[in-house]
Amino acid sequence: MSQTAVETEAPVSTPSVLARLLRRPLALTGLVIIAVVVVAAVFARWLAPYDPYEQFFEGLTLEGAPLPPNAQFWFGTDLVGRDLLSRLIYGAQTSLIIGVVANGIAVIIGSLVGITAGYFRGWVDTVLMRLTDLMMAFPALLLAIVLAATFRPSLWIVALVIAMVNWVQIARVTYTETRSIAERDFVVAERAMGAGAGRILFRHILPHLLSTIIVWATLGIATTVLLEATLSFLGIGVQPPTPSWGNIIFENQTYFTSAPWLVFIPGAAILALALAFNLVGDALRDILDPTQQGRH
Amino acid sequence: MTEQTPPSLLEVDGLTVQVATPAGAQTVVDGLSFRLARGKTLCIAGESGSGKSMTALSLMQLLPKPTARVTAGTARLAGRDILALPEAEMRRVRGRHIGMIFQEPMTSLNPVLSIGRQLGDAIIAHGAGSEKETRRRALELLDQVQIPEPERRLSQYPHELSGGMRQRVVIAMALAQNPEILIADEPTTALDVTVQAQILALIRKLQADRGISVILITHDMGVVAEMADDVLVMQHGRMVERSPVDVIFSAPREEYTRRLLAAVPRLGEMKGTLQPKRVLARPAEACPARQEDGPLVEVENLTVRFDIKGGILQRAVRRVHAVEGIYFTIRRGETLSLVGESGCGKSTTGKALLNLIPWQGNIRVAGRSTKGLRPTAMRPILRDVQMIFQDPYASLDPRMRVGDLVAEPLVIHGLAKGSELTDRVAYLFRRVGLSPEQMRRYPHEFSGGQRQRICIARALSLSPKLIVADESVAALDVSIQAQVLDLLQDIQDETGISYLFISHDMAVVEQISHRVAVMYMGRFVEMGTRAQIFENPQHPYTRKLMQAVPVADPSRPRRAFVEKAEDLPSPIHPLGYVPPRQEARDIGGGHLVWETLRA
Repeated sequence: MSQTAVETEAPVSTPSVLARLLRRPLALTGLVIIAVVVVAAVFARWLAPYDPYEQFFEGLTLEGAPLPPNAQFWFGTDLVGRDLLSRLIYGAQTSLIIGVVANGIAVIIGSLVGITAGYFRGWVDTVLMRLTDLMMAFPALLLAIVLAATFRPSLWIVALVIAMVNWVQIARVTYTETRSIAERDFVVAERAMGAGAGRILFRHILPHLLSTIIVWATLGIATTVLLEATLSFLGIGVQPPTPSWGNIIFENQTYFTSAPWLVFIPGAAILALALAFNLVGDALRDILDPTQQGRH
Repeated sequence: MTEQTPPSLLEVDGLTVQVATPAGAQTVVDGLSFRLARGKTLCIAGESGSGKSMTALSLMQLLPKPTARVTAGTARLAGRDILALPEAEMRRVRGRHIGMIFQEPMTSLNPVLSIGRQLGDAIIAHGAGSEKETRRRALELLDQVQIPEPERRLSQYPHELSGGMRQRVVIAMALAQNPEILIADEPTTALDVTVQAQILALIRKLQADRGISVILITHDMGVVAEMADDVLVMQHGRMVERSPVDVIFSAPREEYTRRLLAAVPRLGEMKGTLQPKRVLARPAEACPARQEDGPLVEVENLTVRFDIKGGILQRAVRRVHAVEGIYFTIRRGETLSLVGESGCGKSTTGKALLNLIPWQGNIRVAGRSTKGLRPTAMRPILRDVQMIFQDPYASLDPRMRVGDLVAEPLVIHGLAKGSELTDRVAYLFRRVGLSPEQMRRYPHEFSGGQRQRICIARALSLSPKLIVADESVAALDVSIQAQVLDLLQDIQDETGISYLFISHDMAVVEQISHRVAVMYMGRFVEMGTRAQIFENPQHPYTRKLMQAVPVADPSRPRRAFVEKAEDLPSPIHPLGYVPPRQEARDIGGGHLVWETLRA
């Protein structure tokens, strides 16, 4: 994730970043949610109450309608009588890979492109930013379909495709901010000292972009999880019956009025994950920004 | 003038303003009381953080709510307490009874509305007249503030006007409703000295013509001497002293007022001396003899031009002639000052010495040419040439500890690491008068003067032979300014370092320089020793600059009003513009004066 770009060396006199994160109730909440999702994804085989693919006879009403949450199926069942909770737990694997890994790669690519173009200007700027504009103008879905059709559909191809189409917004935003930061006196002072571009970009400009990057990275989680669902729906990517949070929503959205829990519960899961990253991100931003200290 | 005290227009009693901070409410104005007499000017003087701007904002009920609020006190205007008025009634007071001018004329005008529109809005703010009437009034106002070609200005936008013209528009807007009181908060601080002189004279003239009262807020004792009838000196939110202007300057009662006045550099106080001020203060043998082994920096025909691009194809359409063929040398252990007004190319010259911008001509530092050097090749030369910027806060990365910031050049150049690095940084901290214990703090925990010391420590860390100081004391309060100037001179005495001191402030330049070059429109107009320039200025522009400096002496006759504003010419020219040729004439002892050659 983007947070890796931050210098993590902990000051001697003050407690470590993690300790300070744990001291904030909101950040702690976020960390707990993330931990729950990660544990669910990793230990799905042992945690899930049922087989996610099994279509239970008792999972449907006599009329063939899905069951709302009850004592046996805590989160209810889906249209073919599978246990929603088990599908969510297994789906966490896919969604974490998409929302965190694919999105993280997109954030890293976008930030690198943005700060490089914004700092160097000239032809580097022209090439990189025109490429960004091109990517922005190109329908992401079409590109995804082409890429996915060229390679054999798999989760990793979906992750790659999502990373390829999602970096552009971040590149745009970081580019604009870098341009203004690069003109500030402390960057000019750094140049006057003889500092190289790498040092200026990563030690002096990137930390200032952190809050922007964190916001975009957390927004990206929800977007990418749903984009994966779109791709899966189109038959490129995660193939049914393999569950992912996105495709659970997609499979069931037409029955929203009669079986709202089928959309509502996975939707809430995505929301909770994005919110959790946002809470942690916000707290990290404050902790890593020395000018904010002592304001809580 | 009659002996009896004129009736006061505004009576402020026990004004107290508090600001909410994380550490609880902090009192920024504490029980301030004063009277403003009709037709008089009251100057509120003080250093940054003294609460002078807060006082002005609270009178207008414009405090940034809910952070800051008036907690006690009254301000009676025509029998009404304007601090207690509800917003709807206060709106009728603003503009109609009290007009206000802010420091930065660009930000107090809306950049997307034309001058005519904004001025019109100010005129009709309290009841509309016909469009024709509004326009007539707008023209009248622009004429009163002495803006040339008022007709044309109405359709112009703020960015098309110079800083001085913008401030005139702001004054016109403040006067649109014929207020009885004008509050001017540092109205000339952002302006060049020659423009400042014009604006101050304009305010005095308007005051005399209309009989309005002025509350002028300033940090500049020169401006106080030039403008005030009464002076109120503030420190830490409290009134230190309130006296008529001649008393403040001739017989200040309070210790703080005396210190404030003593810190003000006065133009001409160095008359008849050859060395900078600090050198004179110590015994003669303490000054190390300078070995004369060739100039440290040689600049030949330095020219800097920037293209302004426009159109769809982003072609160059016009060109900024920032610096036009200047020649100078800096000797070892010498301070050369570049003095001039904004846009004259003095900062550009400083940046060119460090290769921070592209330039043409020739620059040699200690014999090595820096022309066309790539950043890596430039690095060894940067060990000899370092820079201190104007704004000490902006030039320090706010996310780094100050110890790391000072260590930064040593790390970049790979000169020290580990405990050696820490020792070196600790030494530098002590050298600039800071405690090494402060190394672990962040820039925002320091005051302006301390931050500039940190910048100086950082510049010194490579033991450079030359420091380019670009307006390095301009952002500091006078008392701090004096300390930083002393520090720079002490370092020079100790190490024999050279300075290129870039400044707009003639009085500061006089104190610190060995030699002075006056810049105008990208060129030198006059260069010579400090004594030659200050005691025998030859070029008309040098003389004009010196006359424009406000003098902290109220007994001097106040300057006459100049009809119609003059502006600095623009350095932007069409492509293919060839600047007129100039030639230097030596009028004796290396005192050079440039003259334009007629074609």
